Amino acid sequence: MNQEPKPPLLKRLMDNHWLLLVLGVVVPMLSYTLWGWIELLFVPVAQLP
Amino acid sequence: MSFPTLNPPPPTPQPGRETGLRKCATTGLDVCLAAQRFIKLNAVAAIVFLLFGGIAAILLALTRWQAVHLLRVDWFYRILTFHGLNMLIFWMLFFEIAILYFACTIPLKARLFSRKIAWLSFGMMLTGAIMTNVVIIQGKADVLMTSYLPLLAHPLFYLGIILVAVGTLIGVFNFFATLYVAKRDRTYEGSLPLVTYGATAAAIIAVVTLLHGAIVMIPTFAFSMGWISQPDPMWYRMIWWGLGHQSQQVNVCAMVSVWYLIGQLTTGSKPVNETVCRGAFVLYILFINLASAHHLLVDPGVGSSWKIWNTSYAMYLAVLASMIHGFTVPASVEMAMRAKGWGRGIFGWVGALPWRNPAFSAAALSLVIFGFVGGITGVTLGTQQINIIAHNTLRITGHFHSTVVGGTSLAFMGLAFYVVPLMFQRDFIWRKAARVQPWLFGGGILLVSLGMSFAGSLGVARRTYDIEHAGVYGPAAHLFLGIMGVGAIIAVVGLLLFVVLCVGTVFFGERHAKGEPMADWGVAKELPGAPGEAIFADHWAMKGTMVLTGVFLACFAVYYFANWKALADVWYVR
Repeated sequence: MNQEPKPPLLKRLMDNHWLLLVLGVVVPMLSYTLWGWIELLFVPVAQLP
Repeated sequence: MSFPTLNPPPPTPQPGRETGLRKCATTGLDVCLAAQRFIKLNAVAAIVFLLFGGIAAILLALTRWQAVHLLRVDWFYRILTFHGLNMLIFWMLFFEIAILYFACTIPLKARLFSRKIAWLSFGMMLTGAIMTNVVIIQGKADVLMTSYLPLLAHPLFYLGIILVAVGTLIGVFNFFATLYVAKRDRTYEGSLPLVTYGATAAAIIAVVTLLHGAIVMIPTFAFSMGWISQPDPMWYRMIWWGLGHQSQQVNVCAMVSVWYLIGQLTTGSKPVNETVCRGAFVLYILFINLASAHHLLVDPGVGSSWKIWNTSYAMYLAVLASMIHGFTVPASVEMAMRAKGWGRGIFGWVGALPWRNPAFSAAALSLVIFGFVGGITGVTLGTQQINIIAHNTLRITGHFHSTVVGGTSLAFMGLAFYVVPLMFQRDFIWRKAARVQPWLFGGGILLVSLGMSFAGSLGVARRTYDIEHAGVYGPAAHLFLGIMGVGAIIAVVGLLLFVVLCVGTVFFGERHAKGEPMADWGVAKELPGAPGEAIFADHWAMKGTMVLTGVFLACFAVYYFANWKALADVWYVR
């Protein structure tokens, strides 16, 4: 049985580049793209005079 | 926590043609021959597009320098489009793919996942870049780099950019697949080396960037073909900047990785705290992409909450990351120098740095120009209230010439002084000229950036052919435009020298004899009786960097609050 201690959680998270890939895509997509897109959807259409 | 460094891992397969590896006589690392081929191809293509962009740069600078005013109006906007795409997209993306292929193979002793995928990526990128450039020069795409709708270019312009974006994405896939295979085959143990970790962060940022490129460019291409109605211009601007600004964040990440690598190669430095450095890269991955919102600060469609949250990179967490790197890179170099015995006073180590090594001087200048000019102006101009006195002026152009050109391009040039001899196995020609090149290019681009920034402070608009018609600009604005023009001439001479040095070395450089290392550019020397690694226990050993950090923060505070004062001067409140 492997008796080596597990690395600390922070190190395991920082070493998981697949998790970082998912977070790196999701965070800006939610914060910048989706939120901004929703704001633009609610802009009322200008009425011609 | 312990992390591996760039030291070569234990040799499992013996290097040789049959294993697809060769032993580098300089670094002792095993080089994947397939990766080497694509590093060469992508680096050469990058330098060709850098040359195109540099020729365009001098034409533009000599037109914006009002006393010279070289180009005709139609050619000004055509060349501006050409310059933007070649410098900000093609030069950068090709070089970044070269860096990614290096970072996922050589430090990990791994083989590139797929040669076919690498060919596909390179072929698509090259076809797209050539297609886009031909369409621009034919005058069918005078829409500037941003190509804001309802401006409309020839469909091949959009198709070219789509090909470049998708080709790059395929190259990034090859990078991740190589990481997966290296991990599965246990070619390395523990965490990724820091340079590979930084490249991974750059690759993750590139994925988001290129997704935005696909989201915006595919419907715009369909519109240009007449297949669909026009996409909403406000939507276009928002998604386009997810491509345009975020692609520059890929550069930032790659540049920081290059700083660490050059520091190690030239002074033997090791990051003062690996966990903190990796944490800073994680902050980049999570938050640096939000800053695209800077470009929409005067757009009416998005609200203040969205603008303030996103332009602050989630309350300045990504700025914190840049400041961490800006501290740890010089701090680790200072520690390495003190460990070698250069410990006198606060700055006694600075004079002993290998300034004659062009890779080191390029990285050092890149860090100073990026931090002191690009970083300070970027955070200030990205503040929502202050932005209103700078938006669409030459101040913005002055800012990003100090980040993308003075920062990233200069760092990439520095890396080339190692990449070219190590990959082509030839020594640089004209080594004395090579030692001067970073100073020439860095000094020139600093003048360009300052000239633009001060002219912009006087209200001179960016992307404008002629400022005389407005009749409101005095001699000071013209003086600063002249400084920008002189700086551009110096910088372009530096750029041309770089291209001549690289191309000349590839064809005429002295070939390394078998088993011979590359000619030494000069590294930091060790004094007799040096304290060695014992110095790492002394936290005050990095006192020089702490003083420099204090100077940086003072400059930032002065610039930031001077801009609030400038805003108050134009925005009178009773």
